[in-house]
Amino acid sequence: MRKGTSLLSGVRKHSVLWLMLLPVLIYFIIFSYLPMCGIWLAFTRFDFRLGFFKSPFVGFDNFRYLFESGIFFRLLRNTVLYNAAFILCGNMMQVICALFLNDLGNRRFVKTSQSLIFLPYFISYVLVGLFSYALFNVDNGLINTTLRSLGLEEYNFYLEPNAWPFIIVAVQVWKGLGYGSVVYLSVMSSFDQEIYESARIDGATKWQQVRKLTLPMVKPTFMLLVMFNLGSILKGQFQLFYQLVGNNGLLFNTTDIIDTYVYRSLTVNFDIGMGSAAGVFQSVFGCALVLIVNALVRRHDKDLALF
Amino acid sequence: MKAGMIGQVRPDKGTASFKLIGYSFMSLVTLICFIPFWLIIVASISDEKTILVEGFKLWPQVFSLDAYRSIFSDAGPLMKAYAVTMFITALGTLLGLLLTAMTGYVLTRQDFKARNKVSFMIYFTTLFSGGVIPSYILMVKYLDLKNSLWALVLPCVLSPWNIFLMRNFMKSIPSSLVEAARIDGAGDWQVFTRVILPLSKAGLATIGLFLALNYWNDWYHASLYITKEELYPLQYMLYRMLSNAEYMKQAAEAGLFLGTETLPSETLKMATALVVTGPILLAYPFVQKYFVKGVMIGSVKG
Repeated sequence: MRKGTSLLSGVRKHSVLWLMLLPVLIYFIIFSYLPMCGIWLAFTRFDFRLGFFKSPFVGFDNFRYLFESGIFFRLLRNTVLYNAAFILCGNMMQVICALFLNDLGNRRFVKTSQSLIFLPYFISYVLVGLFSYALFNVDNGLINTTLRSLGLEEYNFYLEPNAWPFIIVAVQVWKGLGYGSVVYLSVMSSFDQEIYESARIDGATKWQQVRKLTLPMVKPTFMLLVMFNLGSILKGQFQLFYQLVGNNGLLFNTTDIIDTYVYRSLTVNFDIGMGSAAGVFQSVFGCALVLIVNALVRRHDKDLALF
Repeated sequence: MKAGMIGQVRPDKGTASFKLIGYSFMSLVTLICFIPFWLIIVASISDEKTILVEGFKLWPQVFSLDAYRSIFSDAGPLMKAYAVTMFITALGTLLGLLLTAMTGYVLTRQDFKARNKVSFMIYFTTLFSGGVIPSYILMVKYLDLKNSLWALVLPCVLSPWNIFLMRNFMKSIPSSLVEAARIDGAGDWQVFTRVILPLSKAGLATIGLFLALNYWNDWYHASLYITKEELYPLQYMLYRMLSNAEYMKQAAEAGLFLGTETLPSETLKMATALVVTGPILLAYPFVQKYFVKGVMIGSVKG
């Protein structure tokens, strides 16, 4: 009773603030919280005409099928391995680029380089797909054109499932390099310059400064970013995979991730129940992972935890 | 500057090799980041027949503006898509900025008791989500937004990340300014519009640009919710053009005949891609610093 009146008086006291917040609260309730009830769909054989409430309940059948058909294992393996590669390769390249950008003297070079490295972040994945077409297609892609002009045999990437893990990881690292190196640069610029000064006076070379000073000081940030990225290891980069590979079934064994499977089950196969089951698995275990990672970080250092 | 100074004072082998490797490595990385753009630009101003025979090259073998000529001779659909994209970008960015700024402001008010609860409610949506399929069914079956431009605006208008970024920007505004305005009799809304907004220009610019970029590059929501050709935004139009070309090519190779429609030429694809991306590339040099700022502030926490 008392709590209710205090909430009410709080609303009255800050009525304008609540009014400003209202559209946002409604937005999140409709577009984020309402769809959470959609988990139910994973336990039904969804029929669009019958809708959410009347579609027949089938228990864990969708999950059972996903597991027994082996689809699930493939999706999980691909999603996790790709993300692990993205996280490790991506962060390592970002640290290396930030190191050099931070320490190379020529300001003009650094500025130009940083601008161009950041450029891929700004383009749509449709364009990324076109880039990969212009590089890799067998008829007139740059790589095959070059191979032919050197008298070598052409290589049809779009028939080779084993080529794509490398391409996809490279493209993802390429697209995120500018963003990530700015993050690391901002960390490096906060380091105390006096330490470097005294190292220089002691005759430390650039390499020694990097190895003994910068890298150890970057390490906590690196570990933290890797940890939090690991928390979202079940979330796939849908746009990247879909624009590079699309619905090319030949490549699915090495390129199909949970997100592309869910999208296809919605737009191509119309198998809502199955797609929902894969999605629910992703949401539930993804959430659990973030909580675990956060708890680990929190135990290590309370200030670094997200919540 | 500091490296140059040291180089003069105490030139040593380690620093020289650091510079040599650093400059070559970064030159290579920079080149790799830029080559795809170059490849597309060159292809778009090349002669179609030469490309079909010799493939894409890093330098135009035979120069030709035919692709651009053919785009602008039949510019109707492209102009329509431009109008759609500009409409959703403008509407979404303005609406998103207003809502994000209001929320950011309320969440910085120390006397607003429900602050943490509301923050958590917003934050929780990043931890757990219903996923694509429930959202799709909600949008199509229950909100009836199939083939509505709202289906392109609403899904990207608010993001927890933007809200917390805005809150971080606004935290740096001294609360004494807010207090002073309130003593002068300003209500919460006046404080927001007269004090907070004018002082948040950097934050508004950064988040506005993030929002605008996101809307401009969106093809995904159009692929889910838009089936009418006259409502295609730019990126989705480009995507349809590319995927149809691929489909028709495969069908032709398999010996199927799919009507008399001709394949879009390679140069036309490239030129269209550039026309579609053009505004981003043109604006890029001027807006880049806002993004860098946003990334730096966002990376501090949250």
